[in-house]
Amino acid sequence: MRLPTLLLILAAMLIAAYFLGRQRALSLARPAGGIRSLHSLPKYYGYYAALGALLPGVALLLMWAAFSDSLITARVVQSLPDTLRNQPEAQLGLTLNDIRNLAAGQMFDETRSAEFAVAADLYNSLREASRKILSGLVIALSFGGFALAWFQLRPQFRARNRVESAVRFMLILASLLAIVTTIGILLSVSFEALRFFRQVPVSEFLFGLSWSPQTAIRADQVGSSGAFGAVPLFVGTLLISGIALLVAVPIGLMIAIYLSEYARPALRRIVKPVLEVLAGIPTVVYGYFAALTVAPMIRLAGQQLGLDVASEAALGAGLVMGIMIIPFVSSLSDDAINAVPQAMRDGSFALGATRSETIKRVVLPAALPGIVGGVLLAASRAIGETMIVVMAAGLSANLSFNPLESVTTVTVQIVTLLVGDQEFDSPKTLAAFALGLMLFIVTLILNIVALQVVRRYREQYE
Amino acid sequence: MQTMDKPQDAVASPAEAAAAPVAPVEAERVAHDTVGDVTAKNVVICVREANVYYGDTHALINVSLDIGRNEVIALIGPSGCGKSTFLRCLNRMNDTIESARVTGDFRLDGQDMYARDTDVVMLRARVGMVFQKPNPFPKSIYENVAYGARLHGLAANRAELDDIVYGSLERAGLVDEVKNRLDDPGTGLSGGQQQRLCIARTIAVNPEVILMDEPCSALDPIATARIEDLIDELSEKYAIAIVTHSMQQAARVSNRTAYFHLGRIIEVGPTDRIFTNPAHKLTEDYVTGRFG
Repeated sequence: MRLPTLLLILAAMLIAAYFLGRQRALSLARPAGGIRSLHSLPKYYGYYAALGALLPGVALLLMWAAFSDSLITARVVQSLPDTLRNQPEAQLGLTLNDIRNLAAGQMFDETRSAEFAVAADLYNSLREASRKILSGLVIALSFGGFALAWFQLRPQFRARNRVESAVRFMLILASLLAIVTTIGILLSVSFEALRFFRQVPVSEFLFGLSWSPQTAIRADQVGSSGAFGAVPLFVGTLLISGIALLVAVPIGLMIAIYLSEYARPALRRIVKPVLEVLAGIPTVVYGYFAALTVAPMIRLAGQQLGLDVASEAALGAGLVMGIMIIPFVSSLSDDAINAVPQAMRDGSFALGATRSETIKRVVLPAALPGIVGGVLLAASRAIGETMIVVMAAGLSANLSFNPLESVTTVTVQIVTLLVGDQEFDSPKTLAAFALGLMLFIVTLILNIVALQVVRRYREQYE
Repeated sequence: MQTMDKPQDAVASPAEAAAAPVAPVEAERVAHDTVGDVTAKNVVICVREANVYYGDTHALINVSLDIGRNEVIALIGPSGCGKSTFLRCLNRMNDTIESARVTGDFRLDGQDMYARDTDVVMLRARVGMVFQKPNPFPKSIYENVAYGARLHGLAANRAELDDIVYGSLERAGLVDEVKNRLDDPGTGLSGGQQQRLCIARTIAVNPEVILMDEPCSALDPIATARIEDLIDELSEKYAIAIVTHSMQQAARVSNRTAYFHLGRIIEVGPTDRIFTNPAHKLTEDYVTGRFG
């Protein structure tokens, strides 16, 4: 039986179990004096019966998915002739891969010996058997679970409490999933980064001033010794993000002040969602805009002023990135300004302050923590932004603070290191993971700081 | 024909009350549907025929009232009767409410408050306001009091500013409690201290009139008593208009009392007469606790 069929059968059993459980609760209640003699509403008895049918089967399915393949593989390896079985581990892995492909009918290699065909047949028959056993077991377990639940049902059975604790457990599981994923990402990047740091010292990576990741693949290649100093990349990232923040913070703040203090409610209702559309534009589209419109404009303007502007100047990417993160600043600042109680403004007005004095001296200082939180969030967004800089910033790692020169960023380098065919044991490829780890840590710290600032803000007026 | 001194029919609705003919005693200076004398000696604020609309709601109807120097006038009445609306007209705080529209003649020392060339900033410096809930700025105690003085450039240097801050805190009866922690945040004070800080902040601008909108409703009895004592002291220097829901408070602190009902002033008079011998049936019902 195929997996989809099995899942369909499970679903059907689930629905049946719900109605049977509910029906049983109703029929139990009838002699005892109707629904009011039940501890919980009838539907909870249905839910409980359905959970009884669902949970054991699903648990088995998950376990089977986790362990069945390694068991089958072990059996196949045992059946192999000694010559194949006693190969080194890496070689054995390749052999098993071939067997799996052969079993799936994806590869037909004349040169392979009959031993492979035998192993592939064994693999297929084992899988078929495994599927049959699984289907039988799952259906049997579901029946068993349902029966168990069914016989537990009594008028005084606390079905609602049981169902609610099951629901709470599922909610906990869902939130754990997000945390586990974050940890998983961090670990997978960390392991590769550790491999990199075994080949290149941490100090060279953190403090080296030159970045040139091309390493010699063969001994006779020249001029590609490889240099892994990440400082130029972080300086480039800092430069472009800095330009972006210089654009986004003043404009975003002014938008927020206008919207929350001056604009009529009707205008505000229109402008705020429109601004948030800016955040919804795909960054690739911003990339076009930066590379095809803004960069040439800056170049032209620079030429007219007699300046030497690189066609992939940091300024262009930074400006467009700044426009992209305006909504982060404006929206969060707007929320922070709106959260300042009207009583503060009234108090200031009543002392004879003008609207602008009130904003500058009372509203903005009171909203400052929230605004700072928004800016930090925008900053971490800018640092991690990839597509705009890939399209509009340069590739060469210049250590420069001049916005008219071409610089590169951490994210751009990660992309270029990983695009195309790679060998996963050269420091060139592994460097991408080290950069990713650094980036992760930097944005994580920024996010934590932002959250702390925002949290402090909540304690302001009470 | 009913005359000013006789109470109107107790069951007369406000609409009928408005329509009822009233003897034209000093028609220029007396509102046609208010019992008692709306005028005051040594007038600082003079309001005639004030009407306020919030959108379609007619919140204040033909209200006339004078406020004299060195007097404390209490504005009492049931919730939603327009007393806070009236108070907020006196320093144009209603300007900050978009839907509010104000008509009528408002004069501060004879100058039209709502004239086109009136500077609302200067008006609010002369007519200060203390709010229902203490609303110190999230700044230090010192900066809270210095705020208005800085805005209006009242101090030429730090020493003068210090004098203003200390003097205001002293007059607000707060200086002994806070003089060693002027740099602490004003929001860290207790509710009663916060309210006295707000009063200090108001008198630091040296206003002529102080409007108080239920200044004690968020405070405990002891803090309330301190504020009431303070109002007593302040009345030597300022005219004070106080909105209150507590009739005991009105009786304790005020010289005159105006009773508001459904957007109108029903009766005005010396406080002791309003509470012992009210002329209008509605006033009597309210001050004897029969409704409100």
